[in-house]
Parts: sequence; structure tokens; C-alpha cells
Amino acid sequence: MSIFEYNGSALVAMVGKNCFAIASDRRFGVQLQTIATDFQRIYKIHDKVFIGLSGLATDAQTVYQRLVFRHKLYQLREERDMKPETFASLVSALLYEKRFGPYFCQPVIAGLGDEDKPFICTMDSIGAKELAKDFVVAGTASESLYGACEAMFKPDMEPEELFETISQALLSSVDRDCLSGWGGHVYVVTPTEVTERILKGRMD
Amino acid sequence: MECVFGLVGKDFALVVADTSAVHSILVHKSNEDKIMLLDSHKLMGASGEAGDRVQFTEYIQKNVALYQFRNGIPLTTAAAANFTRGELATALRKNPYSVNILLAGYDKETGPSLYYIDYIASVHKVDKGAFGYGSYFSLAMMDRHYRSNMSVEEAVDLADKCIVEIRSRLVVAPPNFVIKIVDKDGAREYGWRETIKDTQVPAA
Repeated sequence: MSIFEYNGSALVAMVGKNCFAIASDRRFGVQLQTIATDFQRIYKIHDKVFIGLSGLATDAQTVYQRLVFRHKLYQLREERDMKPETFASLVSALLYEKRFGPYFCQPVIAGLGDEDKPFICTMDSIGAKELAKDFVVAGTASESLYGACEAMFKPDMEPEELFETISQALLSSVDRDCLSGWGGHVYVVTPTEVTERILKGRMD
Repeated sequence: MECVFGLVGKDFALVVADTSAVHSILVHKSNEDKIMLLDSHKLMGASGEAGDRVQFTEYIQKNVALYQFRNGIPLTTAAAANFTRGELATALRKNPYSVNILLAGYDKETGPSLYYIDYIASVHKVDKGAFGYGSYFSLAMMDRHYRSNMSVEEAVDLADKCIVEIRSRLVVAPPNFVIKIVDKDGAREYGWRETIKDTQVPAA
């Protein structure tokens, strides 16, 4: 079995009209066994940058801790928060450092950049950035997620409609993947507020 | 065939572990204590390779004590869990420890807590957790009967139910188990569940 499929995960981020949404599943499993159903995969770096980490849970936790460290140092030195584009480059560099012994995780980064323009990107486990204008996906359910997002996405959705779309895309995709699911965790971020919601889906 | 499981009750946490020390087909002893007292209010139940288990848990125990000597206050359970994860994560790509850990503790401010720490250093705070082949039976039993805020009697009753399941359904079920509890009065042994007593060898 692939090391990326050891824990199981599903992550998706979508761009809306002056907002973005990032969503993940909540399962923490070890191969076929489910250990917990409240696992946190999406982390807030600062008010306008969120990162979701899919793949091997231990590496996701390690990478997150290293990124928080680097961002806090940046905040101390620069006296401001990192822009999402900069943060994405930081993540990419951090992952490529381990090119020949990589972290087995795939990040999904979403943020509001200059003038609150939404920014999303994903990368593979060695830091190859993949910028997108509409949506990005990662995890064991990524193939289902690609299909669901392609079908459901429309450009320039308002936050409420974006929330509905990303939730439906996530839930329908994880229902086809045995290694992810057990609910969903959705963050919808606009320039003025961050809304966090838990989804109840098929609990299996 | 090592079985470790634990759960959180009302103002206490319980950890149960089997007590067989096995090498291949030989049972060296049936009263090996696998739940270590880290400090006055923490328990660490560990399962895995025998040498790693003893070495690693003693290392964590001594470092937890060192922190208290240096800083005058004990570590919180969350801090101890994250420290353990850090040590496992650092060693993971050099010289990995094959030890799975359930860390239970009681803090005055936050009450009882239980942390599931994988051998590859994934950490998660849980209400109930288990490792090993016994986990297939004990987790299922706990999923069925566990409620939050159980009393000590109810929790020990549930632990006994899990032990009965393991004994009846696991092909090489360990004969003896030890139950340890941690609450505001500290961490201590609660009892043994024995079916085989080691004979006492008379002193020479």
C-alpha cells in the first residue's frame, strides 16, 4: 500500500467572488482502522492564509509545526503577515529541501492576497506548485474531487453559494473513498470574516 | 499480540495493557508492566518492540522529570504528548522506535486527557484508543458502550468487557492484564486481571 494512503485524507479549496473556501474530511485512520473522527487537517497560518495538509498524518503535523515556526519568525522580523504567494513559495522550498527523503504530504494553500484577491494553490510532496484559478484538490479522494469540482464549480460565487458547492463536492467525493470521510470541515474566508462549519455526512 | 487500550472518564483516565513479554513462540513472563508512570499524574501505556518500548518510555520519563527539576513545575499532559511526538518524529527518519503509546494524564486546569501516539509519531487527543490486534475488539466494545463522564466503576466494567472480548476472540490472547488509573489524586495501579499466575521461584 502506498505511504500516501496510510492515513487517508481529502482536501479541496475553491475560489469565489472576493472569498475562498477550504474544506477537508475528518477521518484519522491507520489503513483499514478508523482511530478518530475529529482530526484537524486545515490550519490557520494567519487570518488570511490557510493551509490544509493531506497525506501521512505524522508528516502533516511535522510540516505544519515547521511552517508555523517559519511564519512566526517572519512575523517577528517583518512585523507583518506573509502574503499567500510568499507562503506558498516557503512551503515549496521547505518540501524541496527534503527532495531525496521527502515529507509524504501534499499541501493545499488558500489565502487572500493583495487587495483581498483570492489565491489557491496545491503542490506535490516535493514542492511542485500548481496554481489554479478555480479549485485545487489533494488526498486519497483527489480523483473523485476533481470530477465533482469540475462539474459543480462556477466562477464568482458568493460565500454562501461557495459553501454549498464545496460541501457537496467534498461529501460526494469522500463517499466514494473508503479512506476518507466521517464528516467535513469547511472554512469560508472573506476579507471581513472567517466562517467555520462542520458537515455531517455518511459516517462510514 | 500486545494489547493496550485506554479511555477517559469523569475526572479520570484509565489505561489497560496486557502483561506478557513474548519472543517468537516463547512467553518469557506474564507479569511485565507495560504502563509506566511518567510522573505523579501521567501514565504511559506502550506496546511494540521490547527493547524500544523500555528504552523509549524510560527516556521520556527521565526527560519529564528533568523538565520538572529545571522549571519547578510539571509538564502538562499535552506538552508531554507533544514532546513524545517530537522525539519519535526526530528519530523516525534516522533510527525509528517501534513503540505505540497511549499517554493518559490529569491536569488541574483541563482535567483528564488521553493521547494516541503512533509509532510513526502521529498524535491525536482521543476519548478512547487502542493498539494492537486487541484493538479490533476493544475499540468496537468501547464504541458500543462508552459514554462521556463515566464513573470509575462503569469504566472498569467496560475495560473488563473489552478484556473478555480479547480473551475469547483473539487467537493468541494474552492471559493477564494490568489496569492503571490517573485522576486528581495521582497515577496508580488499579488492579490486575490474571488467569495465569507466575510461580514464585524460591530464593537460592
